[in-house]
Amino acid sequence: MAKLSRQEVEYIAELAKLTLSDEEKQQFREQLSAILEYAAILQQVDTTGIPPTASAIPLKNVMRPDEAGLSLSNEEALFNAPDAQDGCFRVKAVLDDTP
Amino acid sequence: MRYEPVIGMEVHVELNTQSKMFCACRADIFGAAPNTHVCPVCLGMPGVLPVINQKAVEYTIMLGQALNCEIQLHNVFARKNYFYPDLPKGYQISQYELPLCLNGYVDVQPEGSPEPRRIRIRRVHLEEDTGKLTHVGDYSLVDLNRAGVPLVEIVTEADIHSAEEAYLYVSKLRQIVRYLGISTGDMEKGAMRCEVNLSLKNAATGEWGTKVEIKNLNSFRSVRNAIEYEVQRQEKVLAEGGAVEQVTMGWDENRQVTFVQRVKEGDVGYRYFPEPDLPPLYLEASWVEQIRAGLPELPDAKLARYTTDYGLTDKEAAVLAEDRATAEYFEAVVQAAADFPGVTPKQVSNWISGELFRLLSESGLEIGQVNIAPAHLAALIALVNANTINQTAAKKTFKVMFETGRAPKDIVRELGLEQISDAGQLEQLVRQVIADNPEAVERYRSGQEKVLGFLVGQVMRASRGKANPQLVGDLLKKELQTG
Ligand SMILES: [Zn+2]
Repeated sequence: MAKLSRQEVEYIAELAKLTLSDEEKQQFREQLSAILEYAAILQQVDTTGIPPTASAIPLKNVMRPDEAGLSLSNEEALFNAPDAQDGCFRVKAVLDDTP
Repeated sequence: MRYEPVIGMEVHVELNTQSKMFCACRADIFGAAPNTHVCPVCLGMPGVLPVINQKAVEYTIMLGQALNCEIQLHNVFARKNYFYPDLPKGYQISQYELPLCLNGYVDVQPEGSPEPRRIRIRRVHLEEDTGKLTHVGDYSLVDLNRAGVPLVEIVTEADIHSAEEAYLYVSKLRQIVRYLGISTGDMEKGAMRCEVNLSLKNAATGEWGTKVEIKNLNSFRSVRNAIEYEVQRQEKVLAEGGAVEQVTMGWDENRQVTFVQRVKEGDVGYRYFPEPDLPPLYLEASWVEQIRAGLPELPDAKLARYTTDYGLTDKEAAVLAEDRATAEYFEAVVQAAADFPGVTPKQVSNWISGELFRLLSESGLEIGQVNIAPAHLAALIALVNANTINQTAAKKTFKVMFETGRAPKDIVRELGLEQISDAGQLEQLVRQVIADNPEAVERYRSGQEKVLGFLVGQVMRASRGKANPQLVGDLLKKELQTG
């Protein structure tokens, strides 16, 4: 299995909003490649005819009735917020680039 | 060069459940103080577990069925990963490969088109809404009340070809969610939000142009205006030999222009994977069928029934079927009319879309608040049919019915509105009017037959509106010939 390319590491870092130094890029290239190699061992298992699953827990159809309950108070909600204003969490300005 | 717009739409609709998608916070957040409908689950605190709201699943199935979709029994929720402060978890729980509904359609009827246009629905899936950001100077304020409100996304195929069709499609969608009672469909309050994918197809070569996405269209008008603007913008770029860039755009409501928000990245950037905190859903086919059996009759079916069974015109039927409350009131009156032979659906239709709508708009009331019992309206029409009252008196009576909810018979008796259909009684008035209006009589006799209308009016006035106008006309003619 080929190692992750440097560009792939940079792309993943970009998605995770991480700024990496050149050394770190090299380090993560090694580490992430090792994880992929490990996953590649699992991929050798013959799964022909076995339907894909999204969950390893033997549970299904867990739903709750539509009943409203209590929420937190505004004070409780903001208790751990590093910064707040007017009942809102306050963060550094973000460009409106929601996907 | 001629270009055809090729448009696909993604519409998000907030469901009006009691509680949020994955927690018990109240979902009706309109007007609430910021961050007061939040809990550890929708705040994305570590260690909490989401639990699916069954009603939200049911509502999505209803919508899928109303949009003629195939309902998928095997459902998996997926994480859509991205970083933005409106999303406290760092991901949105959505559906990706296995959505609830696939392959449906909606028919819309553009003005002047002989055939309705079919817009195919690719998929309908269930997800959670995100929080709301307000930008203040160097900061953004985050309100997470909306985070976790159940949201359905309805995705069409690229079957829409004009701003008008897009407008009709969104109107129809709103009509359907309101009929189903699963959402307010209120665009101005954000309960319905639209995105448009638009490209221009070269009419001669059939070649498709670059696809541009326009996000955050929050009113019917902005859907229509943004599409018209963007079509013209792209045509101009192409006419000048330029190339359309693949971008995501916003719509500036004040300046009425589209603007580039960012260069589009593909789905791969979201790193979708199955949500490990939610076990998969394997819906019971019997439950899905039970939901189908409970669907209300939808606008298309009502329209067809009103025209074929009741003999209404397309236009009359469309007015009554526009919203469910009006349609149900109409049907209740038609049903009550069974006890009053001769009262037709057409007459009921005329009263509702005429006098009732007029009084509703005057008073600012909605049809749900009308306290005229369906049987009373049917009875009023029967009184007109029986010549007990004339049209003027009927309108007077109707107004009192609207204000008081009383029975027409009582009002007619109390106000003395019974029509005078006794020839003997009317002949006196007729003779009096002829005597008082020699000039008009002269003109009538010299061939100006239109003057008859004036004379009828004079008799009506003399009778304080109670005379049977047809009988008055007959009596006048007879009297003028012999006299
Ligand atoms: Zn919550």
